[in-house]
Amino acid sequence: MDSFIVISLIKTAVVFAVLLTTLAYLQWVERKVIAHIQVRPGPYRVGPHGLLQPVADIIKLLTKEDLVPPYVNKPLYLLAPFLAMTMALLSISVIPFGPQIQVAGYQTYMQLTDLNIGVLFVLAVSSMGVYGIALAGWSSNNKYALLGGLRSSAQMISYELPMSLAIAAPLLISNTLSLRGLVEKQAGGIWNWNVLHGPFPQIVSFIIFLIAAFAETNRIPFDLPEAENELVAGFHTEYSSMKFASFFMSEYANMITVSCMATLLFLGGWVAPWPAEYGSSYVPAAVFVLAGLVALYHGFHPARRRDGYTLPVFGVLFLIAAAVFLLPMVQSWLIPLFWFCAKTGGILFGFMWIRGTLPRFRYDQLMGFAWKFLFPVAMLNLLVTGFLVALRS
Amino acid sequence: MDVILFLVFAIIAVVCAINVVVQTHPISSAVSLVGVMGSLAVLYLLLGAEFLAAAQVIVYAGAIMVLFVFVIMLLNAGAEAKKGRSFTAQLLGLPLLVAFLGLMAFFVQRLYPQSTLVHFGGFRGGGAAEIGHALFTTFLLPFEVTSILILVAILGAIVLARREMD
Repeated sequence: MDSFIVISLIKTAVVFAVLLTTLAYLQWVERKVIAHIQVRPGPYRVGPHGLLQPVADIIKLLTKEDLVPPYVNKPLYLLAPFLAMTMALLSISVIPFGPQIQVAGYQTYMQLTDLNIGVLFVLAVSSMGVYGIALAGWSSNNKYALLGGLRSSAQMISYELPMSLAIAAPLLISNTLSLRGLVEKQAGGIWNWNVLHGPFPQIVSFIIFLIAAFAETNRIPFDLPEAENELVAGFHTEYSSMKFASFFMSEYANMITVSCMATLLFLGGWVAPWPAEYGSSYVPAAVFVLAGLVALYHGFHPARRRDGYTLPVFGVLFLIAAAVFLLPMVQSWLIPLFWFCAKTGGILFGFMWIRGTLPRFRYDQLMGFAWKFLFPVAMLNLLVTGFLVALRS
Repeated sequence: MDVILFLVFAIIAVVCAINVVVQTHPISSAVSLVGVMGSLAVLYLLLGAEFLAAAQVIVYAGAIMVLFVFVIMLLNAGAEAKKGRSFTAQLLGLPLLVAFLGLMAFFVQRLYPQSTLVHFGGFRGGGAAEIGHALFTTFLLPFEVTSILILVAILGAIVLARREMD
């Protein structure tokens, strides 16, 4: 019992440290990706290759004046960012990152806790996240903030329906609500993942889930709640310093959560695309060797002189990482973790790619799309899936 | 552990419930109501009804109360003015409340004389599978009747909105 508490505390500390670092660097990655889409270098000044930019941002946000406008509804104004942040970070506690592992003689799962109702827990927590934004918009006592809050609550209520229906279809196939159970049902290879696995491949609900996820996280093309050219900054217009930062971080934390959910529900979680006996365990090492060689080549290329030694150093680091992936004692947990991070990272990259590509929807288009197209399609998909599952059993 | 959690969340639920009535602004009351529903969900969880707890948060706290807050924000309802209570309310309020609670306790005692104390976590069968099984076998008729009721309500809303539009 005592060792259980100690292990849980250590796991919580590790997961939250990694999550918060990822949050900070995700924003750096996003700025880099957008910058490269727009053919410019992006953050470059702070640290090598701009790598210390997140640290500078955090210091800036912490030391900014924390202004509370005099006409706000103070209790709710203070509650809103706290609520948004808590609800965004809470759902990571049920996400499994890998299989059962053995650390210093203890068997433990690479997951904070496995709930029987894991999927419902994530849905419940994400549905509570609306309050942070709605209350922030209302309590600011500012018309732009109010309009942003109204838009966002309407949008999140509307897109929650197709999202839940899209989640229900793979649950019917897997016949479990536990996120760990979901992944274990998809073991074996890419043909067992819910996105391709019969009786009815869930490719439609995967796409619906992704679209709804964009709307739920208020990302472009559905970022109406904070449309700058109409609403200044939407619901967080009146927030400054760390309160603004908590909204910002909660948006990124929600992005990570929905990407993890998409990975677990449709892409088989930490399962490799094909079994280890056909060499899938060498893929991570190969990827890192390739990345290291590319970094080394570009590092010594004359056109990249201004980088100094950043790229060669990272090339060597990648090669060392590749060597670590070949060590047999860490392979049992590092390779599942690699696949999980690769899939989640791929979806996160999709988020950024789309932000750099698509324009914003008009508000009536957004609502019409959810109710007149997405919802019926998700319903139809659920009916067909349910019918086929019933036929099979 | 269970008793401590129960006490904490029971107190939160009661305080939030009182706050719903005491607050003058509808948004504050609505947020307090969310607090009541959230702590009720934790109490369900303590009793072992995990599916019910999740449904409580998703449906009540996450959907219905969001709609409440949304409508209050849309109507931009202001704080209600406080008026003094009437003489009868001041005189009879507390005695009537005590009498009501006493009657409730009496009837519960009468209806379930063999009831024992609750054992936390002693209840099995609160999972999604058990609830689904019960809904589609034992309680099939009430379940279907409820869904028809909701369908009628949706149709009624559409009819009313149509009339307004024409």
